[in-house]
Order: sequence, then structure tokens, then C-alpha cells
Amino acid sequence: MQEREIRALIERVRSGEMPRRSFIQRMVGVGLSAPMASMILMHEGIAQTPAPFNYKPTKRGGGGSLKVLWWQGATLLQPHFANGTKDQEGSRIFYEPLACWDKDGNLIPILAAEVPTRENGGLSADGRSVTWKLKRGVTWHDGQPFTADDAVFTWEYAKDPATAAVTSGVYKDVKVDKLDSHTIKVTFSKPTPFWATAFVAAEGMIIPKHLFGPYAGAKSRDAPNNLKPVGTGPYKFVDFKPGDIVRGEIYTNYHMPNRPYFDSIEMKGGGDATSAARAVLQTGEYDYAWNLQVEDEVLKRMEDSGKGVIFIVEGGDIEFLQLNITDPWNEVDGERASPKSKHFAFSDPAVREAMSLVTDRKSIQEFIYGRTGIATANFLNNPSKYRSTNNKLEFNIEKANQLLDGAGWKKGSDGIREKGGKKLHLVYQTSVNSLRQKEQAVVKQGAQKAGIDLELKSVTASVFFSSDVANPDTYGKFWCDIQMYTTTMTQPDPERFMDQYTSWEVSSKANKWQGRNICRWVSEEYDKTFRAAEAELDPVKRAALFIKMNDLPVQANIVVPLISRPRVRGAATKLVTQLTGWDLDLSGLQNWYRET
Amino acid sequence: MGAYILRRLMIALPSLLGISVVLFTVLALAPGDPFEELATNPNVPAEVKLALRQKFGLDDPVYLRYFHWLSAMAHGDWGFSFISRVDVDTLIAQRVPVTLAVIGASQVLALAVALPVGILSAVRPYSWFDRIASTLAFIGFSLPTFFTGVLLILLFSIKLDWLPFVFRADLSASGWQWWWEMFKQSVMPIAVLGLFQGATWTRYVRSAVLDVVRLDYVTTARAKGLAERVVVLKHVVRNALIPVVTLVALQMPAVFGGAIVTEQIFRIPGIGSLLIDAILRNDTPVIMAVTFVFACLVIAFNLIADLLYGWLDPRISYR
Repeated sequence: MQEREIRALIERVRSGEMPRRSFIQRMVGVGLSAPMASMILMHEGIAQTPAPFNYKPTKRGGGGSLKVLWWQGATLLQPHFANGTKDQEGSRIFYEPLACWDKDGNLIPILAAEVPTRENGGLSADGRSVTWKLKRGVTWHDGQPFTADDAVFTWEYAKDPATAAVTSGVYKDVKVDKLDSHTIKVTFSKPTPFWATAFVAAEGMIIPKHLFGPYAGAKSRDAPNNLKPVGTGPYKFVDFKPGDIVRGEIYTNYHMPNRPYFDSIEMKGGGDATSAARAVLQTGEYDYAWNLQVEDEVLKRMEDSGKGVIFIVEGGDIEFLQLNITDPWNEVDGERASPKSKHFAFSDPAVREAMSLVTDRKSIQEFIYGRTGIATANFLNNPSKYRSTNNKLEFNIEKANQLLDGAGWKKGSDGIREKGGKKLHLVYQTSVNSLRQKEQAVVKQGAQKAGIDLELKSVTASVFFSSDVANPDTYGKFWCDIQMYTTTMTQPDPERFMDQYTSWEVSSKANKWQGRNICRWVSEEYDKTFRAAEAELDPVKRAALFIKMNDLPVQANIVVPLISRPRVRGAATKLVTQLTGWDLDLSGLQNWYRET
Repeated sequence: MGAYILRRLMIALPSLLGISVVLFTVLALAPGDPFEELATNPNVPAEVKLALRQKFGLDDPVYLRYFHWLSAMAHGDWGFSFISRVDVDTLIAQRVPVTLAVIGASQVLALAVALPVGILSAVRPYSWFDRIASTLAFIGFSLPTFFTGVLLILLFSIKLDWLPFVFRADLSASGWQWWWEMFKQSVMPIAVLGLFQGATWTRYVRSAVLDVVRLDYVTTARAKGLAERVVVLKHVVRNALIPVVTLVALQMPAVFGGAIVTEQIFRIPGIGSLLIDAILRNDTPVIMAVTFVFACLVIAFNLIADLLYGWLDPRISYR
């Protein structure tokens, strides 16, 4: 999709011809995130139209207890130290950001009085600063008022390398100034079209200055409140046992009227996904369960008990194949899979294309994932309704055979193709996971029909996804012909995500295999497009560049996208939740209630 | 006696030291990285990753890390969890009471089943009661706890909907209500662990009693015209239980190990599930501390078994 087309669509939204939601879905279809699409519209001066949430309770509290099950329990409750989303979710019960993302990518104010726009003077014309007006009358759980000082402190705390906050990436390149007691100004070092990063969503939770003030920097780990959060959220802290349970009770001075509905909340950790699904869907012991990575067949059977339902929330996770274009089996320059070497088969574009053609994504979706996976041809997500026309979901063994014949790969007596004495025998690795092993089998079957022999290999997840320099089986080393895993887009802005095909991120011995370009694919055009996007101020032009970046590696068949994996959550039938694929599950916790 | 205990404790020290060296080396050689999730997250800058590794001394050579750990341990500092950023001893202290309660109750249950059943079977060997008891015992200890646990959940929680299968350490109820809810949620894990252990012990009790029941002094006691109850309880059981007591003490550490699986199935926040979580997250200080606690338990219960043995059987002397 070109810049021109995007602009045409924007005009249609402006004139009211096209609903805002459809525009966002179109953008998501070509691989952008919903928040990014929403930001484009905001930049073009088209106001957000978040669907009003139908909140029925007319008074605070009285809803009993809300019991949620996170089979990977929260291990700490300091959002800036979070080891993963489980910790962010645990912290989010108590802490809040200025704003969060809803399911359509709208920015919803929480601790902000309003979302900054050009009109209300929140956004500067040069794209270098954002002014946030903070909500007045908000108090911390200990009664202290929430002011601009807390936001400024959160920035100082997180950006300090000595604190070792995992959110420092968001805060280290910005400057935050207090304009008055309830106004802050975030200044960027360069014009930034995607400005909603600091103080927004999972990484934006604000911590109280009066409690964390003495513990910034190297002393950060001694803060007693790391384990006893004091925030502004709908529930205040009662008890926490790392990995087991987080408990909170209603905060009666919460800053939104009639909220929260529940008198207490309990987040239980431990166990496994299947039994978590059972506790919500079959026995109703719990109200909500996170991340139910269970086969759809099993989920459906459990849903038949009628106690709970499954929610499928679209997000940005993609399960995909990577084809190695370097030689993973022989050492060149003292390392296997050296960026200087060439793969005997995958350096031939015909073989790569054939690999994509023999991958039966539809079967993978139908027989393995069911509702919990959507076949995709894009590297970024792709709801089937608005499938990008750029990349096709083609499963065609005949065409693959023709391609390989044409490229000189002849079938031998054993049915396996060879060229120049090298047989098309490839090793295909992934992590140990029952769904993944089934996927491997589907791909192997297809490849076999085209004369490509795949040897399947599975590595324990804790080894495969580790950054252990000494281990040959990590995904970062990719000492294998093909590998498969799910990549997650952790931020709505794809800039950090898309750098994984740039030439300076090539994973190699020199950077201890920490480089993000694991395929080691180098394209001058891609580098140029990425640089252009980095410098581009106009969000529409920038979006067009990202769409192009999405298409390049897919069209070169360096990666073969398989399945877009939405979030799978379970909830009791009576529970009304507000879920989004672009923020934490509990980002709308204040609005959750139970229907009577 | 006092000298004997002291000597045994002195011997225990080098064994613990040896165990700690082995544990530490194995953990250091094992693959995995506690900051794995951060490493795969592109939004976390490299400096933070480096700072964290440095802060927790992950880049030091293994032997240096070991000596750091050892000297800290000698000062009573159990270490600091990489993942939770909490002291390890608080983590363990939170979890131990639940484990002790569940394991203690299951052991009481096991004994309550094993003693009467084992004695009755031995007193009337090859009777119908003995045959049925033996068959059940064989079934009991050949079914692993992870299987019976899931079986019970399917039956009592899902089919019948009588019992909850998610264990909650802090119940909100109080008074009788608390006891009733505690009973409901504990009965399955305790039954799983207790009956498994009970089945094994029944066989031991039976064979121990069988050995004694045929001895001449028992016949003499009977010949004196003592009541059967007195013969069995006073003369037979007292002597027969000496090896059983030792066995119970020696099996305690194994029970802790077995509880790991049960804790995982029922989501009991005990020390076993802490170990599993720590292993999955490569939280080395926690793994180290928990396994070390287990090692101490093994050594302690060995000592207790030896002491008990001597106390019960005056023929054995400590030298």
C-alpha cells in the first residue's frame, strides 16, 4: 500500500464515508499496529471515537471478590522491574499510566485529564514535545496527592542506568519537565511521530515520589515498596507472595466514579494453562484466566459446561519460519552460520519460494490452532477480513515442483531433490511444544511432496530462547536450516520491531549472537527504507515505509509467516471485561464488573 | 550420646559443603539465563541488560560466584532472587509453613492407614483382608501421585463439583468457615500424598510384623494366656516397629521431593512449587537455596533415624 492510497483512505474517513474502525483494521491488515494507525488519524486531525464502555454498576463496590488466574504468577510488583507481562499485569492492579490503548487503538486517558492533541495544545507542531495535563484530585493509596512531581520522578527513576529499570528504553531519550503542579512536558531529542510511549500503557505506570524518592539509582532494590505497591489504581495492596498470590481490596477514593465494582481482587499464580482453563470454564472456581495456550478442541469441550467463555483478542504475535541463508553446518571465519557464508539451497530464491509454497497454513489453522490461530501471509498481523493483497497465502505443491525443476534441482531415486551432488536435506528446529511439533509435521509433509526432506528437531524452550553464548541450540545462533517460533511485537510502534532485518543487527559471533537479525538477510533496499522511516516525520509516509518493510523479507521468502496468534483468554459468563490486544489485560480493570 | 551427635554434626558439615559445590557447579553449567525474557525483549536497552548482569554478578567466573555465595551463606545471607528481587530466605519462609502442613497431615494420614492395616494383615496373613489390603497397597504405590492427583481432580472437582482444586494459602473466611474451606481444599492433595505413602508403608509394617509374630517369645506370651490384643500391641508391634520408625524418618526427604509434583498440580504455594518456578525461570539463587534445604533435610533425617533407632533398640550403642 502506497502513501497515496493511505491518504485517500484518510480522506474517506474525514468525509465520514469510511468508519474510523475500518481504516484501523485496514492498516492492521497491512501489518501496522492499531495504535499506530490511530496515531496517524490523530495527526491528521481526525478525532478519536472510542466506543463508550457500557458500565452498568451505579455505585462503588458491592461486587464481591474477583478471582483471576495467571498460570505464570507475578514474581514482583514494581512495574519498572517487570520480567515480563505477568509482572506488569500484577503491578497494573495498583499502578496506572497516564493513558492506555483500547482494542481499536484509541488512546484512553487514565491519569491524564485529556489526550493531548494539536487542538488542545498538547502536541507541538514540530513533533518534538507533548504536553500532558494530569487529572486533578487523584490520590495515592496512602492519601498523598498525585502531582506532576510523581511523573517527573518516574522518568528520573526509570532513565537512570543504575536503577536498571527494564523500561529505561522508553525514558532515556526523552526529557520531562514540570510546567505546573498538574502539567508535564515530554520533550524528544528528535521529532517523534509516535509520541505515546513515555507514561503510556504497560511501560508508563507512574510510581509515587514520596515513597520511591530515596531509592532511585543503585539503591533501587532496597525500596520496601517494591513488594508493597502504593499506586492510584482501583484496588489497593493487601498481600503478595511472589509466584503465588497477589491480593488487593477496593480503594474507596478511586478517581473514577462508581468504580471499581469488586470489593477485592485475587490474582493466583502457578499450575498450567490447561488446568487454568478448567478452573474458569468447567468448574467456575475462578472468574478469569490469562493466556490459555491450549488446543482449541480442548477449550471447546470445556466451554460446553457453560460456566465460562473464551475471548480471542487480536494482537501482534506471529508464528513464522525463518530460512537460513548462511551455511549453518561449516565454519567460515571461525563461526558457523557466518554472515559471509552462503547456504547451499536457500541462497537460491527458487528454493525459498518453494518452501513458502509447500507450507500449508490453512491446515495448520484448521487442524492445530482452530480459533486460536489465523493463517497469515504477512510478517505482521493480518485479520483475514482485510488480507493484504501484497502477499499471498498460497499452498501449491505443483508450482513448487515446477519452480524447483526449473532451478535445476532434480529428483533422485529416493524422491529427494539434489543439485551439484547436494541433497535437499534440511534440518528444521523449534522449541518443545505440542502445537509446534504438530506444525512441524504439517510442513514436513508438504515439503516431502515437493522432494524436500526435512529433519525435525525440537529444543527445550528454556534453551532455545536463552541468550546463552555457550549453547549451540539457541534461536539467536540459528545453527540450523529452518527454525520456527513466535515473535511478539511488544510495542505498538513498529520501529524497534522492524529493525530485525537491518544489516547492522545481523546476529554473529562478534555481537555474541545478540543481534536481532537472526536470518542474517541483508538488503540495501531494506536498510534504506528503515533509515528513511526513522527520519520520517509525516506519519502517513512513515506508515507506507513500514508497510514496505513488512513486504520486503516476506517477498524475498526469507521468512515464511504461518499463523497470527491472537490472545486467548477465558472468563466467567457473567463477567464483563474490557480487553485489548494492544495493552495489558488489566488495563481496563477499573471497568470490569459482574452482571447480575 | 551428646558426643555422638556432635561427631555426626561435624561429619555433616563437609558433606553439606560437598553437596553445595556439586549443586552450584551443576547449576552454573546448566543452560539458561535468568534474564531470558529481557534478552528477547527488544525494548530493553543493552546497557540495562549488562547492568543487571553485573549487579547480580552473573559475569564472574563460576568459582568466584561460588565463594561469594558461600561467604554470604556463612553470614546467614541466603542470597537474592534475580526474578523477584527479594531475599531468598523470605521467599522460602513464606512457603515452608504450607508445605509442612500439607506434608505433615499426609504423613499422619499415611501412618493412620499403614499401621492398622499392616498389623492386621500380618496377624492374619493370607486371609481375605490381607489379600485385599495387599492388592490395594500394590495399586496404591504403583500409581504415581501426578496421575492420582489429576484423577481425583477430574472426579471430585469436575464431575461431582464437590471440592475446589486450586489451593489458596490465605483464605478470606475465619473461624469454622475457615477450617471447613481449608479441609475442602486440602483433602485431595493430602489424600494423594498420604495414600501413596501409606500404601508403601503398609507393606513394610506387614513384613516387619510378620517377622516378629512368629518368634518364640510371642508364642510364650500367648501360652501365658495373655489376651490377643495385648500380645499384638505390647509384644509384637513394639518390636516390629523399630525398623519401620527408621524407615519413616529416612523417607521424609523423599516425601518432600514427591510433594513437588502434587504442589504443582493443586497449585499449593509450597516450597516444591517454588523450586519448580525457580527452575523454569532460571532463578539460580532460589534453586540453590531450596535444593540446599532439601540436602540439609536428608542429612538431618538420617541423623534422626540413627538416634531413634538406638533409642528404640537398647542393643545398639553410640560409639
